[in-house]
Amino acid sequence: MELIFEKSVEGRQGYRNPCGDIPTRTQLPSGLLRKNECDLPEVSELEVVRHYTNLSQLNFSLDTHFYPLGSCTMKYNPKFTESVAQIPGFSELHPLLPQLRNGEKFTQGALEVLYNMDCLLCEITGMDAFTMQPLAGAHGELTGVMMMAAYHNAKGNKKKYILVPDSAHGTNPATAATVGYEIISIPSDAHGVMDMGILKQKLSHEVAGVMLTSPNTHGVFNPQIDQVAELVHAVDGLMYYDGANLNAVLARCRPGDVGFDIVHINLHKTFGTPHGGGGPGSGPVGVKESLTRFLPISRVEKKADDTYSLNYDYPDSIGYIASLYGNFSIILRAYAYILMLGKEGLMAVSDHAVLNANYIQKRLKPYYKVAYDRICMHECVLSAENQASQGVHAVDIAKFLIDKGIHPPTVYFPLTVKESIMIEPTETESKRTMDLFIQAMIEADALSKKDPDRFKVLPQTTPVTRPDEVRAARELKTNYFQ
Amino acid sequence: MSSYIANTENEVKEMLAVLKISSIEDLFQDIKPRHAPQSFDVPQGKSEFEVVQHLRGLAAKNLSGIIPFLGGGYYDHYVPAAVSALASRGEFYTAYTPYQSECSQGTLQALYEYQSSICTLTGMEVSNASLYDGGSALYEAVMMALRITKRTKVVMSAGVSPIYRKILKTYTYNLNFDFQESSVVHGHSNREEIYKLLDKDTACVVLQNPNFFGAVDDHSDIVNKAREKNILVIESVYPVSLGLLKTPGEMDVDIVTGEGQSLGLPLNFGGPYLGFIATKKKYIRKLPGRIVGETTDIHGQRCFVNTLQAREQHIRREKATSNICTNVALCALQAVIYMALIGKQGFKELAQLNLDKAEFAKKVLDEIKGVEVKKGTPTFNEFTVALSRDASEVTEAMIEKGFAAGFPLGRYYPDMARHMIIAVTEKRTRQEILDFAGALDAVLNG
Repeated sequence: MELIFEKSVEGRQGYRNPCGDIPTRTQLPSGLLRKNECDLPEVSELEVVRHYTNLSQLNFSLDTHFYPLGSCTMKYNPKFTESVAQIPGFSELHPLLPQLRNGEKFTQGALEVLYNMDCLLCEITGMDAFTMQPLAGAHGELTGVMMMAAYHNAKGNKKKYILVPDSAHGTNPATAATVGYEIISIPSDAHGVMDMGILKQKLSHEVAGVMLTSPNTHGVFNPQIDQVAELVHAVDGLMYYDGANLNAVLARCRPGDVGFDIVHINLHKTFGTPHGGGGPGSGPVGVKESLTRFLPISRVEKKADDTYSLNYDYPDSIGYIASLYGNFSIILRAYAYILMLGKEGLMAVSDHAVLNANYIQKRLKPYYKVAYDRICMHECVLSAENQASQGVHAVDIAKFLIDKGIHPPTVYFPLTVKESIMIEPTETESKRTMDLFIQAMIEADALSKKDPDRFKVLPQTTPVTRPDEVRAARELKTNYFQ
Repeated sequence: MSSYIANTENEVKEMLAVLKISSIEDLFQDIKPRHAPQSFDVPQGKSEFEVVQHLRGLAAKNLSGIIPFLGGGYYDHYVPAAVSALASRGEFYTAYTPYQSECSQGTLQALYEYQSSICTLTGMEVSNASLYDGGSALYEAVMMALRITKRTKVVMSAGVSPIYRKILKTYTYNLNFDFQESSVVHGHSNREEIYKLLDKDTACVVLQNPNFFGAVDDHSDIVNKAREKNILVIESVYPVSLGLLKTPGEMDVDIVTGEGQSLGLPLNFGGPYLGFIATKKKYIRKLPGRIVGETTDIHGQRCFVNTLQAREQHIRREKATSNICTNVALCALQAVIYMALIGKQGFKELAQLNLDKAEFAKKVLDEIKGVEVKKGTPTFNEFTVALSRDASEVTEAMIEKGFAAGFPLGRYYPDMARHMIIAVTEKRTRQEILDFAGALDAVLNG
C-alpha cells in the first residue's frame, strides 16, 4: 500500500486549528527557528481516515482472528473496559494536579483506582504491597530487580549473580544484566522444569536471586517450587516471579504463598487489557513485607479519613522508576475487568485456559511431537521436528495457518525446544474455534508429507508473502525521507 | 458465566472425554495441596452495568471543568476525533507485536510512517518504533551513549525535567556512573559550567529544549564543544515546539528523545504516553527497542518488517541493547495519525498559535502587581513567573477559582519557592487568559 507521505499533495489541509484570537504574531529570533521544512503529509481528513482504516484491514487481530500466540495470552479484551477508559473524568485528568498543594483532593477517584488495584493484586498474588508504576512487564522486571539490589545493598550482601532457567523469557536475563548482575542459565530437566541438581550446584552466597516464570514457558508448573524457594532463601537469595503466566494459576497458587518475594504482573496478559499491536502494557510489581520499604515513590495511601494521597516520604525507596503513576488508563481497564469477573470469574479463567490448552495438545499429539509429554497448563509446546525432516519448518506451518485465517502460534520460542510451536488458546476461545485450528494443523502435517515445497510460497491470501528480512537488515531503510 | 468464557457444559464434557479425565481438577495435579492459596478474598463478580456505574462514580470524584495552565512536560492539546476513532479499531488495538509480518502489515506500515514522521519532525535520520515515555526514553538514550563511547560520566543540565533526572538516578544507581549536574543561568544552560565538566571520561551531555523553565535555546555551540572531545549530545525535546524551533538535527545533536503525549494522546492521569528516540544512522545498531524497516517480498512488492532484531532481548538475552520488549505501538499509531491529520502547514500554525497565546499571557500577567514574568530568554508555550508569594499557596487558591494555574517550582528547586511555570496551549482562548489574569490578580492583590 502507498505510504501516507505518497498521498500528500502540496497545499492540502486536513485540519483547522482553533482560531487565532490573539492579534499579535510573535516572531522568535531567526537563529532559534527551524530552516528545514517538517515534511508531514498534506492530506485531507478523509484520506487519513481511509488510509489508516485500510491499513488496519491488513492486520490479523483478536477481534478478527483466532490468535493463539503462546506466552502472549491473546484473550478477548472486553469492549466496556475501552469505554470506561474514555470517561473524561479520567482521560482528561492532568497528572501533575495531585502534586499541587492540596491538589490530591481533586484526583481522589483516580487515586482510589490505584489504591484499590494495589489491594486486589495483593490478594490475588499473596504479596504485601504493590507499585502500579512499571509501564510494561519488562519495566516491572527492572523495578523488581532494582529492589532486589537495594535489599542486598541494605544488608551489606555481596551478590553477583542472578540465576535464570534456560526456558525464561529473554527479558529476564536482559533485565538482570541491565541492573549490573551476571547471569547463570540453568538448564531444564526431562520434565521441562529447572534442573534441581544443577540449581543446587550453582547456588552460592553470591547469588542475588532466581527469576522464574510459573508455570514456565514450557507450560509446566514445577511441583517443587516451594523447595526451590527454600534453597534460594537459604543463601539469602530472593525469589522473583515473572507473572507472564499467572493466568494459569489464579486462585490455585499464589506466588506469595510458595516463597516468592517479588512479583510482576502483565496486566495485558492475565487481566485482559489490549496488546495494542505491541503496547502499551502495564507491569505492576508486588513485594513481601521485607521489601516494601524499597518500593518506588510515590506510593498511593489511604488516610484515616478515607481519603487518598501520594506519599513520597520513603527514604529507602529505590526512587522514581516512572515519571508519574504508571499507565493509568491500562490499570483502569484491568481494574474494571477484575471487578466484573470477581472471584469465581478469575477461577474460571484458569480452569478454561488450562482445559483448552490440554485439549489442543491431546488432539495434536498424534501429528506433532509434544515437547514435554505430560499435562500442560495454559499453553502447550509442540515441535515441528517431524515435519522439519520433510523440509517443513515451524515457520512454514505458521505461514500455512495464516492462509487458513488463523494467526500463528509463537514459533521458535522457547529456545529450549527445537522447531517449537507454542500454543496458548486462552479461556475465551470456544471448542468450535479450536477444532478449526486443530483441523488446520492436521492438514499442515498431511501437506508436509505430500508436498513440502508448497509451503515455501505461503501465505497466498495476504497482501505480501515472505518478506526478505535479510534485505531489510542489510539496506536498513527505516525512514521514508532517507 | 461472566468471564467471557465460551465453552458450554457440554463442550467441557466432550473435551474432558478426549482427555480421558473426569474433571478439570485433574489438570491441576502438579499444584499440590501445600501450594494452595492461604486466601483469595476477591469480591464477587458484578455486571458490566454495575462496574460502569462504580467507575463513573469514581470519575466524578476527580475535578473536571478546571481550566489548565499546567504543563511541566504534559500538555493540554486538542486531539481531533479521528485519532481515537482510528486507533480504536479492533484490528489495531487487539493485535500484538507484529512477529508475523504477512498478517501485520497494517501495524508495521503505520510504525514505519511514525518513524519517518519523528525523523522529519526532529531532523534526525533514524527513529525506533517507540519507547514507554519521555523519561524512560531519556534513560535509554543515556545508556546508548554510554555504550557507544564506553565512558562513564554523564553531564546533565538542571534545565532537564527534574522528574527525568530523578528517574535517571534510580536506574543507574547500581551501575557506578558519575552524574554531574550543571546549573541554569537566566533560564539557559550554563555553558561555562558544562564546558568545565567535559573531560575524557564524559560520555554525553544531556540537555532539554525548551527546558523545564520554558527557555528556548540553540545548543549548537555546546554540540561543537562536545564534539572536540568525542562526547555525544542528547537533547530531550517537546515535539509541538518543533513546528517552529530549530531542530536537534540542525544543531547536529546525536540522540533526541522526548515525551510524545502532546502528539494526540489524552492526559490520562499520567499514561500511557509515548517515548520517542531518534539518532544518526551510524548509531542505529545501538538503538534500543523495535525498529521497522522496508524490504520486499518474494513477489518483489514493498513491505515492512521488524528489523535488526539481533539487538533485542528475545534474541540476545543478557547481551541485548535494552531489556525492553513491549513498546507503546498503539500510542505511536495515535501520534502518526495525529501528525498526518494536523499536516505540514497545520503543524507550523499549531506551534505559532501556542507561541502567540503564551506571549499574550506573558504580556497580560506581567501587568499584575506581584507577578514578574522572567525575561531575557525566548520561550515557546511555557514560561516562568516569579510571584510576590509562595507559588504553592497561589496555585492552591487558584484551583478554588477554577484554574490549574501552573506548576510551582519549589517542589523540585527549593530556592524557587515563589516561582512557577505556566503553560498556554492552543486550547486557551483570549478570554480564558484574561479571566486567568483576573483571578491571579485577585489572589495576589485582592
